Amino acid sequence: TVAEPALQTALAADEKVNSFTDIAGYNNYYEFSTDKSAVAAKAKDFVTDPWSVQVGGLVQKPRTFDLADLLKFESVERIYRFRCVEGWSMVIPWVGFPLSKLLNQVGPLSAATHVAFETYYDIKQMPDSRHAGIDLPYVEGLRLDEAMHPLTLLATGLYGKTLPNQNGAPVRLVVPWKYGFKSIKSVVKITLMDREPPTTWSLANPGEYGFYSNVNPKVDHPRWSQAHERRIGEMGSRPTLMFNGYAEQVAHMYAGMDLSVDF
Amino acid sequence: MNFSADTRFHRQLFFFNGLLPALLILIDGWRGRLGVNPAEFITRTTGVLTLVFLMLTLLVTPLRKICGWSWLLKQRRLLGLYAFFYGLAHLLTYLAYDRDWQLQTVVGDVYKRPFIALGMFSFLLMVPLAVTSTNAMIKRLGGQRWAQLHRLTYYITIGGVLHYWAIVKSDVTYPLFFAAVLALLLGYRVVEGMKKARGASAPRAS
Repeated sequence: TVAEPALQTALAADEKVNSFTDIAGYNNYYEFSTDKSAVAAKAKDFVTDPWSVQVGGLVQKPRTFDLADLLKFESVERIYRFRCVEGWSMVIPWVGFPLSKLLNQVGPLSAATHVAFETYYDIKQMPDSRHAGIDLPYVEGLRLDEAMHPLTLLATGLYGKTLPNQNGAPVRLVVPWKYGFKSIKSVVKITLMDREPPTTWSLANPGEYGFYSNVNPKVDHPRWSQAHERRIGEMGSRPTLMFNGYAEQVAHMYAGMDLSVDF
Repeated sequence: MNFSADTRFHRQLFFFNGLLPALLILIDGWRGRLGVNPAEFITRTTGVLTLVFLMLTLLVTPLRKICGWSWLLKQRRLLGLYAFFYGLAHLLTYLAYDRDWQLQTVVGDVYKRPFIALGMFSFLLMVPLAVTSTNAMIKRLGGQRWAQLHRLTYYITIGGVLHYWAIVKSDVTYPLFFAAVLALLLGYRVVEGMKKARGASAPRAS
């Protein structure tokens, strides 16, 4: 494995980091609103403490982590590009810890091949979720090797501060080489499985959103191109990079796969 | 003062109010208040405004017939021109921010993406209507032919609503709202047309 300082240098995008206002003011969190600029206000009173994340399935030691347990993991800052499937992107200074550290504590069994994630859902706290148009609770998944990859983060903060509610407080996944919707917010459940778990957007529209959803400029979304992106804060567009610029670190996991089939 | 006959005042009222959204966008843009993703905001807003003005043009006939507001008819072309104006602004934002002015890519985009094709279809149909919106053109075409041509508005609006529907990811609340309004506006015409047809075919009382 790569040492943390080396990892930081390799990953810290040498591009301009987006402002806190941008990052905390433009969010896709359909449980609160489908209007990206309305989410922050609607998520203002979301209760994130007490919180617990139930980790189970094919593991040696199933365990429930509460917020204090999560904050005990040694935190690191990671500056990642974040590319939304809608065609916009940001550069975000996350604070968190590699998901692999948490998974190693519960010990995945050898039969485990995939990891399923679930977002907290409470219609009383999220009344606008009626209009979301997707089935909730929101669920996501990764292959185990993706989940164990050193880039894959459980974020508890950004800009050195506690994670704002609209960004997925108190704990969210960040998978920087995949489209943003894979980076599931406000996680309450992590389950190790021996098959590919269902994921919300591919359930909603299997022709448009696949399980992998790796950032890929060569595979277009059926309704818009993925070749370019608009970096928030810039007016022009910039070319989208293969695996969002993390090809060197992650491409080997997809060797031999046809990424236009496994999109 | 006879309010309903004051055409000049109506013209000024409609002209100013139609321009107001554009002015607000410009002022907010000037002050950097168009949100985190201004390009997306302008694209979405001009698109919605196009639909709003299209619906308003279709609202004139029912209001005229139901409420007797015949003075509205004189402002309908202005409403239609505003639909074209915001439609053009919407197209320009697409060309600027989505296509980066790479105009040669537009044809491929229209071919590849049905929702772009729908939008382009509606916009192109608006062009002849905008061109023939002057008094001189009405005279040249003759009232009946002009009215026939301008019934393209129905197809333009249907195309516009489908275009909106097709771009939304999952929450169809707003497109659904426009579709419902459009269904009412077109439904009214269908019902009126059927009444007329029945009236014409029924034996006349002497």
